[in-house]
Amino acid sequence: MKLTKKLSKQVFVYLLRHADDRLVLGHRLSEWCGHAPMMEEDLALANIALDLIGQATLLYKLAAETENCGRTEDDLAFLRDPSEFRNLQLVEQPKGDFAYTIARQFLFDAYDVLFLDELSLSTHPELAGIAAKALKEAQYHLRHTQQWMMRLGDGTVESHRRLQDAVEDIWRFSGELFVPDNFDQTLVAERIGVDLESLRPSWQETVSETFREATLDLPGDEQYFASGSRGGYHTEHLGFLLAEMQVLQRTHPGATW
Amino acid sequence: MVSAWDYLCSVPDPEIPVVDVVSMGIVREIEESPECVTVTITPTYSGCPAMAEIENSIREALYEAGYSQVEMRTKIAPVWTTDWITDEAREKLRTYGIAPPERRCASVNAKNSVNCTFCGSDKTRLKSEFGSTPCKALRVCQNCLQPFEHFKCI
Repeated sequence: MKLTKKLSKQVFVYLLRHADDRLVLGHRLSEWCGHAPMMEEDLALANIALDLIGQATLLYKLAAETENCGRTEDDLAFLRDPSEFRNLQLVEQPKGDFAYTIARQFLFDAYDVLFLDELSLSTHPELAGIAAKALKEAQYHLRHTQQWMMRLGDGTVESHRRLQDAVEDIWRFSGELFVPDNFDQTLVAERIGVDLESLRPSWQETVSETFREATLDLPGDEQYFASGSRGGYHTEHLGFLLAEMQVLQRTHPGATW
Repeated sequence: MVSAWDYLCSVPDPEIPVVDVVSMGIVREIEESPECVTVTITPTYSGCPAMAEIENSIREALYEAGYSQVEMRTKIAPVWTTDWITDEAREKLRTYGIAPPERRCASVNAKNSVNCTFCGSDKTRLKSEFGSTPCKALRVCQNCLQPFEHFKCI
């Protein structure tokens, strides 16, 4: 899609944000590979990680083309510092126990299905195509994490306690999902990006319905909510994650195999 | 006359070698000129790790067939669906031991029955939506008790 110089810069940042979300969350999920509570879940989490990293690759590729400065998708993933990452703080939190991973993934998936559904209507054809593809994947991710929310929440005393604790801890990172900034507003006006605020009611409905069935208490909205991710403010955890993810490219620049 | 399509019909899917990249709906378009052939492919899943391998095998097959210039393109929209898998390929999947995807599966939630690849029974249950590759789910037959793979309908 042909864009003005100013708009293409904004689209570049927009693509980075959503690619970074997927790369970082995919990396967190991949940490379970070989460690999940059971074989089927090991495969499930690795599969979801693969989908998310695949989606990130498609978005980074498009971002690199949009930027048109000679950087590749790999440069964007492996050669940027933490303050240059634009992912949500929600996705960079350490994987915690299995309940924590499921709680975070459920909150993200419930948002992602709504986000991608809207994004697939974007006037930017390549972006709409990536979203339509990712949407099919997000739908079965959500189905999977929703089932786990019920099983753990409405399971044993121990699983219920762990999931309730996880939800209360991660909740403060969920506010940012629906807070648009200037970039979002510009891209909504151009009919390229998604109006995040409009997604919130449906998200709340999915979340409260699942919490009710899973016998979980919904945390209140009065508490403190983290903010600033999209401007490059992160928790300390992102640096450690990137150090591990980027070590090879940083140590042996340009290494391929 | 033999066309590039015919050559690609013998390029196997690297994950499931009994089926080929054309009958799986991965090859979308081919443009041929006397010197150059342009092949457009589409990924099955965003993170399908076989895409690079598929691209290489296509190039190789066409160079071997005598094309001097092969150009590869990737196209995402329209989004790949299991509905593009031909009937013949579905039968090959079944014989290979992977239950083929159901047709017309816009709704993934649809409760279509999946038949066991061993005994043919339709009394099977989903064990996990995730299997050894992104495109497969794990099922268990309640008649013969055998576990088997199912090519997910997307």
